[in-house]
Amino acid sequence: MSDAIGAVPPGRRWWLPQGPAIQRAFFGGWTIAIFAFLYIPILLLVIFSFNESKLSLYWGGFTTKWYAQLFGNQVLLDAFKNSLIVGSAATVLSVFIGTTAAWLLYRYRFPAQQTLGLLIFIPMVMPEVLMGTSLLVLFVSAGIPLGYTTLIIAHTTFCFPFVLVGVQARLQGLDPALEEAALDLGATPMQAFRLVIIPYLMPAIVAGALMAFTLSFDEYIVTVFTSGAESQTLPLKVYGMVKRGGSPELNALSALFIGATILLVLGSQFFTRRKSP
Amino acid sequence: MAVTGAATDIASGSSHQRRAGLGPWLFLTPMLGWLLLFVIVPTLMLVVVSFGERDSLGRVIFAFNLDNYVRAFDWIWLRILGVSVWYAFLTTVICLILGYPVAYFIGRSDERWRGLLIMLVMIPFWTSFLIRTYAWIAILSQEGLLNALLMGMKLTSAPIGFMYTPFAVVLGLVYNFLPFMILPIYTSVEKLDGSLIEAAYDLGARPARVFAQVVLPLTKPGIAAGILLVFVPAIAMFAITTLMGGGGNPTIGEVIQNQFTRARNQPFGAALGVLLLILFIFSLWATTKLRRGEEE
Repeated sequence: MSDAIGAVPPGRRWWLPQGPAIQRAFFGGWTIAIFAFLYIPILLLVIFSFNESKLSLYWGGFTTKWYAQLFGNQVLLDAFKNSLIVGSAATVLSVFIGTTAAWLLYRYRFPAQQTLGLLIFIPMVMPEVLMGTSLLVLFVSAGIPLGYTTLIIAHTTFCFPFVLVGVQARLQGLDPALEEAALDLGATPMQAFRLVIIPYLMPAIVAGALMAFTLSFDEYIVTVFTSGAESQTLPLKVYGMVKRGGSPELNALSALFIGATILLVLGSQFFTRRKSP
Repeated sequence: MAVTGAATDIASGSSHQRRAGLGPWLFLTPMLGWLLLFVIVPTLMLVVVSFGERDSLGRVIFAFNLDNYVRAFDWIWLRILGVSVWYAFLTTVICLILGYPVAYFIGRSDERWRGLLIMLVMIPFWTSFLIRTYAWIAILSQEGLLNALLMGMKLTSAPIGFMYTPFAVVLGLVYNFLPFMILPIYTSVEKLDGSLIEAAYDLGARPARVFAQVVLPLTKPGIAAGILLVFVPAIAMFAITTLMGGGGNPTIGEVIQNQFTRARNQPFGAALGVLLLILFIFSLWATTKLRRGEEE
């Protein structure tokens, strides 16, 4: 990358080459303002989750009592457990479906590959309300009671394409000789896939799994339509709490969500950028 | 972002590919079956149900009549659809104006900083939208931080009702969808060849002209993808609009949700869903066409 732009002095290449300093200042300032807009509201939530006072307006001193209260809330703990069950199951299914499909589509020619590509793309961009209602119609017509199964199916449907696309991106950088060598040395295609390709794809698989889990864990809209009474996940409870106007307990829960998201993004970046093992 | 290039990436064939025999087909079955059973079949069923009726218990009776569509074209629902499209349009335009300079700045910034900056966009992108909407409710509500601040500074004597207004709805939507606009435009900007901009300057073009004739056309695929990821989802979004708008002036997503849950009129909800589906397919077609056009 750097040698391609080497002709431009390093001090200038990050901006329009002959752009005046005022332009840089404008775009930089704009970016800072947008980051402030994105982060100030969530930072305030985190700060006020440590507020001793129940009223959000006043700072009553530092406390962690809302977190303690949160961990004593059985309803939320049950919802958290449901989210973990659904998220883990959807992640495992997504990784299996996404990884095998990515490899097969990379390695073999299938008829109508263009249409197939579009089809895989659809669950990623389809409005969630359409996915939720259409799956609800399917489950009701097929007589499948709403519960963990329907929720896991629904979540897997929008999660696996993300794994597939991530794995596909890593396959673009694969040296075909790697598999050929394995085959020449007598491995079956299956062995070559398991012992050579999977290890190469591992960073993308882990990043995809983290992404799938986050998507499932946060999903509210599709969940509204496809969950049963006993399979209420955390976002459904969070919605109810927000609707009632919020509470310090919800601030604490939000802060944990935000913290977990930061860890997940960092983790998935770490794995996406890792070079071959 | 990976999502935006996905359709073309998957479609592109390469030289090392072999024709799929029985084995590869067998192993592709889980995915093909999944897409068929849980994407195509449900969508078709939604269309089928939209022509149906419901019995007194709210169960669907399969039939063929256009009553639900006739009802959907009543002006009450058309107005709601119109308002939803208007909110989504405002959201898209505001996200584009706010997001483009950010995407451009990050895409053209030094590589050392780029990763960190784009990560700062991805964190809100991945944070639960309910939590992020709640963050604004905590600021804007009657007992919220903004009113506390304004009253503390004696700028107002009584709390101002920021919540449950169109302003609050659009703010909530913009706050939620902004990262979805920044990420695909950033991908386009990052691919932009800096020497083209340099050449335009060397040939004497002024900054405004460089932007209009070089930068903008080359980042059009990113803009198209951003619009696809913001506009249609914003029309269909319901939780943010209910929380920020108070439910008094529902959007089309809220109406569909109500028909499927509280009102128990699935056929009518399905008919409204089909209208949304047509809108979705149209946007998908338009943006794909726009992107393909750029690549050729």
